[in-house]
Amino acid sequence: MENYIKIGKQTITKDEPLAPGHRACIGCGESLAVRLTCKAIGRNSIVICATGCIEVFSSPLPYTAWRIPWIHTLFENTAAVASGVESGLKVMTRKGKGPAEKVNVVAIGGDGGTVDIGMQALSGALERGHDFTYICFDNEAYMNTGIQRSSATPYGASTTTQPAGKVSIGQVTWKKNLPAIAVAHDIPYVATACPSYPFDLMAKVSKAVATPGPAYIHVLSVCPTGWRCPTDSTIKMGRLAVQTGIFPLYEVEDGQYKLSVSPAQLKPVTEYLKLQGRFRHLTEDSINKIQERVTKEYNKLKEKCAASTGNN
Amino acid sequence: MAKKVAIEVTEAVGEAVTLARADVVAAYPITPQSHIAEHLAELVADGELDATYVPVESEHSAMSACLGSSAVGARTFTATSGQGLELMHEVVYVASSMRLPIVMAVCNRALSSPLSVWGDHSDVMSVRDTGWIQIFVENGQETVDNTLCAFRIAEDPRVVLPVMIHLDGFHLSHMIEPIFFPEQNEVDKFIPPYKYPLPLTPEKPVSMGCFGAPFIYPETKKAQEVNLEASKKVILEVWKEFGEKFGRNYSPVEKYHSDGAKTLLLTMGSYSETAMAAMDEMRSEGKDVGLIRIRLWRPFPFAEFREAVKDAEVLVVLDRAISYGGPGGPVCSEVRAALYDQDKKPKIVGFVAGLGGRHITVDGFKYMVNRGKEISQKGSENEFEIYGVRE
Repeated sequence: MENYIKIGKQTITKDEPLAPGHRACIGCGESLAVRLTCKAIGRNSIVICATGCIEVFSSPLPYTAWRIPWIHTLFENTAAVASGVESGLKVMTRKGKGPAEKVNVVAIGGDGGTVDIGMQALSGALERGHDFTYICFDNEAYMNTGIQRSSATPYGASTTTQPAGKVSIGQVTWKKNLPAIAVAHDIPYVATACPSYPFDLMAKVSKAVATPGPAYIHVLSVCPTGWRCPTDSTIKMGRLAVQTGIFPLYEVEDGQYKLSVSPAQLKPVTEYLKLQGRFRHLTEDSINKIQERVTKEYNKLKEKCAASTGNN
Repeated sequence: MAKKVAIEVTEAVGEAVTLARADVVAAYPITPQSHIAEHLAELVADGELDATYVPVESEHSAMSACLGSSAVGARTFTATSGQGLELMHEVVYVASSMRLPIVMAVCNRALSSPLSVWGDHSDVMSVRDTGWIQIFVENGQETVDNTLCAFRIAEDPRVVLPVMIHLDGFHLSHMIEPIFFPEQNEVDKFIPPYKYPLPLTPEKPVSMGCFGAPFIYPETKKAQEVNLEASKKVILEVWKEFGEKFGRNYSPVEKYHSDGAKTLLLTMGSYSETAMAAMDEMRSEGKDVGLIRIRLWRPFPFAEFREAVKDAEVLVVLDRAISYGGPGGPVCSEVRAALYDQDKKPKIVGFVAGLGGRHITVDGFKYMVNRGKEISQKGSENEFEIYGVRE
């Protein structure tokens, strides 16, 4: 830990493009992830933000937590607005009336705004090849509006629109794999990250914005409010998500998969699940089913990584 | 020296946007707008328009991309029609509320169901309250002239609001007409380089589109209303300057043999020219009739409209959209409201016609004027009548 602090002081900017004092909940993993993201992208950036927790906690008129140019318009159109920002900057620069150097165009949204309602706009923007980075801060439900399920909510989680009950275990579908969908667009850079691994997250964000063309990063953002876990467990919970293989950290550069964190032995999923109220109702059978699925998906990912190394 | 070219009106829109030196065009094709999207893509592909063309995957993304490019200070244009305007509906509100001076051509079209690609004003009326400046045009020349004026109006620092140019789908959009195009240097003088007051730039960071709690939201809305109302002065100035420079004049309410006429017909859009032919015939038959057309739909020109109808006894209003279960067509209910408090006002009779591209002939207009006069004397059990529909 002491080493991390030492390295951190030397390598991480003290500049805070996202100002403190905003209105995120205590223990919010998303605000931490956004803060680290902003440090990585720096001041020469424009942020395009979807409706959701980030927008609401950072921009209550007449205040703003944004020290870098920031725009929010609607919920589902963030990638499309980013397309316009990027296109506008490009043509203005070409005509000699825009910024002389490249400005990082960074679109951010939650899981709802990305994997559900913003899916079409994101797919369009990735397909068109705009030079921008899209970062999904995934807290696995519509947390801003009261913990309603999204297609990124994990199997077995209880949400307010798919609650656990006498005849229901809550979410009955497996989490939509948006990084895989991003990879299918054949874009140059896709990654997963988590603020529990801050150096890894920042390195990936830096790489994404430096990559010409579209880049996509999927960030697991622990939400104590919605996950029903202690507010001081955010970092631990993110680590467990990675160490159990539930949310593996990896990069896909030009289609080549590479694990960023590769534990020698995965921890059992129950270590992660048992700490969260949203999974409290799960029976041993359900937990076994989740374990099977996680192992299978993790092995598939490792196979992709192995195949990628073989190709190199 | 202006050149006169025979050209399809949709393509003429593309030429006007090129003359206006748009920086970004984001558009999604939809009948009957497609030729605008196609022609602009062609002009960009040929290097005749130095712009970025964003071939978006939907109209929702078209207007969203326009928000982004306009917010960084790029001169931005899009075009759509019917269902496309419906799909981008929520984004249309954002453009005006965030004061992004986008120019959009709308080829007015009917709405499903049943599917109809043909013209009426159902799509227009659904965006009536979105806070845009809305201008109706009747022919190709007016389309080109007002597309040029739209950029000037939108970008005026006293306005900074988006503008829609409404041209009727097919009946106008697909006509091939002789149109005068001004020279590039004349247009450059008329539409100077554009500088958005507070663009998104790292040089001077701004936050755009923050959320408004109840203690501040109404103030933003009042500011928007005051701003849109005040834009009328600038619109009149721009039209005046355009007239002086290019010799063609535009007014919020256009008149045709209407001064002193006892019976007036009110139309909007391309059918106005058919209505003029009907007025000519009726006047040659000795009838005391005239025509007024509302060109500026938003901000609504109350003073000009009241002045135009002050001597009339009967006002027959044509709507090309229905407010289902309501007081008639949207235009009719608006003009009725505009005149309600006036001491002296004509009797108002509303007709709905021309839905989904159904033709209205000269005889059709003559019938509506005569029937309208009859209803004004004898009354009717209906709030409005739908003309030319099989029972």
